[in-house]
Amino acid sequence: MTTTDDKLKTLDAFMAQACENEYAESYLIAVLHKTQELYGYLPTEVMDRIAERMQIPTAHIWGVATFYHYFNLKPIGKHIVSVCLGTACYVKGADKILNALKKELGVEVGETTEDKLFTLQGARCLGACGIAPVIMIDDKIYGELDSKKTVDLINQYRKAAANNSKVTAK
Amino acid sequence: MAEKITITINHKEYKVDSGQTIMQAADTLGFHIPRLCYHPKLSIEGACRVCIVEVEGMRNFVASCAYPVSDGMKIYTNTQQLRKARRDIIELILDNHPLDCHTCERDGNCELQRLAASMGIRARHFEGEKKHYEEDLSSDAVIRNPDKCILCGRCVRMCSEVQQVHNLTQAHRGFNTVVMPAYNLPMADSVCTTCGQCINVCPTAAFLEKNYTQELFQKLNDPDLVKVVQFAPSVRAAIGEAFGLAPGRNMEGELVAALRKLGFDYVFDTQFAADLTIMEEGSEFLERLQNKGKLPMITSCSSAWMKCVEQFYPDLLDNISTCKSPMSMQGALTKSYFAKKIGVDPKKILSVSVMCCTAKKYEASRPELMVDGMRGVDIVVTTREAAWMIKSAGIDFVNIAPEEPDHPLGMSSGAGAIFGATGGVMEAAIRTAYELYTGETLVDIEVESIRGLKGIKEGKLEIDGKEIRVAVAHGLGNSNKLLEKVRQDPDRYHFVEIMGCPGGCVGGGGQPYAQINTIPLDDEALKKRAGALYDLDRSKTIRRSHENPDIQKLYKEFLQSPLSPVSHKYLHTHYQAKKPIGIVPKKESNSGV
Amino acid sequence: MEIQYKLTLCDGVSCIRNNSKELLTAIETELDKHGLRKTVEIHLSGCLGMCKQGPILIVNPGYTMYGKVNVEDIPMIIQSHLVDGKPVADFIIEQNHLYNRFFRIFGDTDFFGKQMRITLRNCGIIDPENVDDYLSVRGYEAIAKVLTDMTPKDVIAEVKKSGIRGRGGAGFPTGMKWEFTANQDTDEKYVICNADEGDPGAFMDRSAIEGDPHTVLEGMMIGGYAIGAKKGIIYIRAEYPLAINRLEKAIAAAKEYNLLGDNILGSDFSFDIEIRLGAGAFVCGEETALIHSIEGLRGMPRPRPPYPSVSGLFGKPTLINNVETWANIPVVILDGGDWFSSIGTEKSKGTKVFALAGKVCNTGLVEVPMGTTLREIVYDIGGGIPDGKALKAIQTGGPSGGCLPPDYLDTQIDYESLAKAGSIMGSGGMIVIDEDSCMVGLARFFIEFTQDESCGKCTPCREGTKRMLEILTRITEGKGQPGDIEKLERLGTMIQKSSLCGLGQSAPNPVLSTIKNFREEYEEHIHDKKCRAGECASLLSYVINAQCVGCGACKRICPVNAVEGSRKELHKILPEKCIRCGQCYEVCKFNAIDKA
Repeated sequence: MTTTDDKLKTLDAFMAQACENEYAESYLIAVLHKTQELYGYLPTEVMDRIAERMQIPTAHIWGVATFYHYFNLKPIGKHIVSVCLGTACYVKGADKILNALKKELGVEVGETTEDKLFTLQGARCLGACGIAPVIMIDDKIYGELDSKKTVDLINQYRKAAANNSKVTAK
Repeated sequence: MAEKITITINHKEYKVDSGQTIMQAADTLGFHIPRLCYHPKLSIEGACRVCIVEVEGMRNFVASCAYPVSDGMKIYTNTQQLRKARRDIIELILDNHPLDCHTCERDGNCELQRLAASMGIRARHFEGEKKHYEEDLSSDAVIRNPDKCILCGRCVRMCSEVQQVHNLTQAHRGFNTVVMPAYNLPMADSVCTTCGQCINVCPTAAFLEKNYTQELFQKLNDPDLVKVVQFAPSVRAAIGEAFGLAPGRNMEGELVAALRKLGFDYVFDTQFAADLTIMEEGSEFLERLQNKGKLPMITSCSSAWMKCVEQFYPDLLDNISTCKSPMSMQGALTKSYFAKKIGVDPKKILSVSVMCCTAKKYEASRPELMVDGMRGVDIVVTTREAAWMIKSAGIDFVNIAPEEPDHPLGMSSGAGAIFGATGGVMEAAIRTAYELYTGETLVDIEVESIRGLKGIKEGKLEIDGKEIRVAVAHGLGNSNKLLEKVRQDPDRYHFVEIMGCPGGCVGGGGQPYAQINTIPLDDEALKKRAGALYDLDRSKTIRRSHENPDIQKLYKEFLQSPLSPVSHKYLHTHYQAKKPIGIVPKKESNSGV
Repeated sequence: MEIQYKLTLCDGVSCIRNNSKELLTAIETELDKHGLRKTVEIHLSGCLGMCKQGPILIVNPGYTMYGKVNVEDIPMIIQSHLVDGKPVADFIIEQNHLYNRFFRIFGDTDFFGKQMRITLRNCGIIDPENVDDYLSVRGYEAIAKVLTDMTPKDVIAEVKKSGIRGRGGAGFPTGMKWEFTANQDTDEKYVICNADEGDPGAFMDRSAIEGDPHTVLEGMMIGGYAIGAKKGIIYIRAEYPLAINRLEKAIAAAKEYNLLGDNILGSDFSFDIEIRLGAGAFVCGEETALIHSIEGLRGMPRPRPPYPSVSGLFGKPTLINNVETWANIPVVILDGGDWFSSIGTEKSKGTKVFALAGKVCNTGLVEVPMGTTLREIVYDIGGGIPDGKALKAIQTGGPSGGCLPPDYLDTQIDYESLAKAGSIMGSGGMIVIDEDSCMVGLARFFIEFTQDESCGKCTPCREGTKRMLEILTRITEGKGQPGDIEKLERLGTMIQKSSLCGLGQSAPNPVLSTIKNFREEYEEHIHDKKCRAGECASLLSYVINAQCVGCGACKRICPVNAVEGSRKELHKILPEKCIRCGQCYEVCKFNAIDKA
């Protein structure tokens, strides 16, 4: 695990290299890519540092970071948990699932857990209405859930993360 | 000499200079093509698409603000297709805009309203989802309402290209584009210098000054308060425009009368304090000059400039004059010298100022400017707010009989009057510093080399055999350039005047909006406003600050002498470095990385 | 029985004119005579590009190419080559054109055999991570030729002669663009490769780079030499990690061999190539937005003039071309502009790569000479529509293009014909649509894309596409109102004519083209609240018919308990509860549910 200091060192070196070029400010997007590679998203303190090192106004950096959809402005977790909010799932109790997840993970929709393991999102219809209600974790679909099953599932992912193994739930 | 070419507009041939855009050529010929995002002082965007015209041979419409004329070009500015397209484009803007003209600050004075009226929009075809954002009322001076923004980009370009503060940016994209400071910080926490130029160029009410008129009306009706007001030089030179008069009419007498009618007990003139500033600052300069103090000395009356220094040029803080601005000096004296004179508890005095400036609202709230635990100025209103109050109170401003300001803080010399124009502070200071130092009369007291709208101006004069080099910059962008020179070569100048707004205070963020068919910050308007002040100067018998008898009385009765401890207590202050988020500390220059 | 020989007969337009059909008959007759029909395979290929030497007959194994073959020559050729095993030298023609190798290896399948792969000539044949492989197929021979034998003006003349037009979609004559940029009198110039490929469903550029990165580098170098640039930049979208990786490796390898960098191949010409990544903005495929993105700014276009050839990257003259265009340049240099311009139609020369997708049997990348018809692509190469469904439309040009109904099947693929038909060539997306697709839903899909990708700078695109999307959404949800079509037309034409850049100017195209060609569908949605393709969920109704045996499968699977009925009895769907998820329809084994 690279420490924060290591990440900053790597980024500083990358910026120093960029600044050796003519038109150094044009490397901003490359620097932001590097930042996202190191941190998973663009932290504001790091953007401040980029502003200082590359002599680019912070507002300008913000304008660029928000324009390009590839960049995450908020941290995202290792696993993206999407709750299907389509009609069938809704009728079958998707909101109970969502509330259970909010409680268990301690986050609102769009937010990431403290341990950076999960990001909670809402999704449009995932097209698996027959096994409603449905959630999707990364690219796996889990259906016919209730609050308890959902929490069990989350715990399986937590265990797998601790053991560095893969989740085999269906 | 530009080459002349032939173009056809709406079937008629014209000879125009080459090397310009269709819009520029059309303007010279009297065809006013409607426009929104275009501004001659800002880079060309071609974003609003309101200025579209048809050019024969082109399949699509072109933006006349960007498309260059060429020999033989055939242009159509008003075809049915164009009219329909323009109408639809304006409607699309309206469809994403609040429907609250009647309760909007710019009702009757809004560029979007004027355009919609000129398009003759009577029905809405495309209404749908509207954007909705939080208002930002955090700042004392400039407030934001992104719902009213039509994304013309003028504010961003003004803040980045002209003022070079780079506080604002367009963020996100497409339908979700919003103008905001970095990280969507509240304006109060951002690097905004409160210069208010964004308000000047904004076509709608997306940017406004923080409005204190309701509070002021309330306080004016409070019988327990002694109501004192002061007004800046630039206010009298521009307030007439808010009443439909041409720029450049000096409405000083009318303004004094109107302010009395509004309910002020004492009407003073900031020009008095301008004279006082010259006394203090001129003496400060001479002292530094003689005692090898920190040079160049840089003026400090512009509050946007002060915020800019604290944020971006902390290394130059020792160069800044310790004098407060005229407004703050006046405020401090109002609650001390004047309070004593009329035997009133200063806590019962309501000290108001009418300013051409939005940054003064921020300045009035600064804790370091308080004396004896009190603010020098309690409420700051802009020229626009004052004009509205006068109208709202039913006062016939244009025809009112002019009156004189009150003593002891109302009389001023011509030097005080020219404070509003760029170069004016320097000129006034030269008049006094020269005479104070040499004891001789300065015959040519109008220093032409530092007058006018050139971004950076330089001048020289000889004081007792020594060459004194001065420089003047207006607009924070020009100031940047000048200050880089100062940083690189501190011996280059002895005295530098900086005004944060283009044109100087006459172009302040609180001045009346441009009139119909004029663009904001039109150079002609700025020249005329400054001209009114220069004319005022010439019309006065006393044209030097140190000859102002009320100033002499003030020193005799209260301050004793310039730079005395009493003067220091009330009239001087200290500035310090500030680091709101968004400051980009300059790398050690010369080392590259 | 084992196949001993494979014969390929070109049936491109020119060869047909020269009686290739009669040749086929003659060959079959001869084979019958010798009893060889069971051991000799004959098949027809698409244009082989040897039109001046046609008709062409290829014999494999051995890839012997015979040219100018007449009916009278057939008996002798069959006897000598197939029976006696001796190729007939007099008829053998030189076949050293660069694309022939692909054909040699893959030409025996219909899908590949009917294509003409110039851009993709090396894809699938060489190892893209091995520069020696590229060298073995005459790689970097073009730049060597340019540096030793040609002046920059010569290069531009050759490119102009070829007639090649920009493959990114706009189709601007490439040679002319090179000339404009070359004529600018300054030292600092740039060459850019637009590898942003943002059209959904387009993967031509990705495949070209992943399969043959060096050809792009070589093309750019030649361009740099021609205009006087020392630096090239490849702007590639971040979502293409493999392509980026291959490019990085290719650049490193080329540098190692002195094929990139200072004094290339010992000449005075120095050229360096840098990679810059995009970051998820479709609008950055537009050239001025792309330039701004490389400059580290928000990717927003600006008015033109000035054009990039005069003032582009960092304000300097800049030559921007698409990946596909660059990939063709080495071929133009080595095989000649004359040969290149012999392929295609009068105004559209060379080949074009299409990403054929949708309701068609064979999906994938198809590279054909300009002038090939839509019919040939969809049916001959694509294999037609699966499941016996009817063709409804062909969509070309991605979100900037139009939908052509079956009457346009015989339209030739070239810039002018497609535009005349009401669509555009675009970068090469081609989606085949059958009767089960709703044209209104398709239009809505495209506008949702362009609306999301709009940069937001200009009013017509930012606000107008949003309103168009709102109207289309309403229509697909059954809330369309009379006057909606007229509103879409009014908004659409205004946005086309008033927008700042190509994204806005072409965003209404799918909508306007579907309104033009499929207006009845719109009207049905609005007035009858009906979707004839059965796609718009809100307009569907599911009804159980007499074939129901009461198995209860639908009742069990319905997520909202909208099915009533007892075992072995006719079940019923309650329309007010039904949410139209379609699960019952999927699960019924008795075709007892009608979807309408």
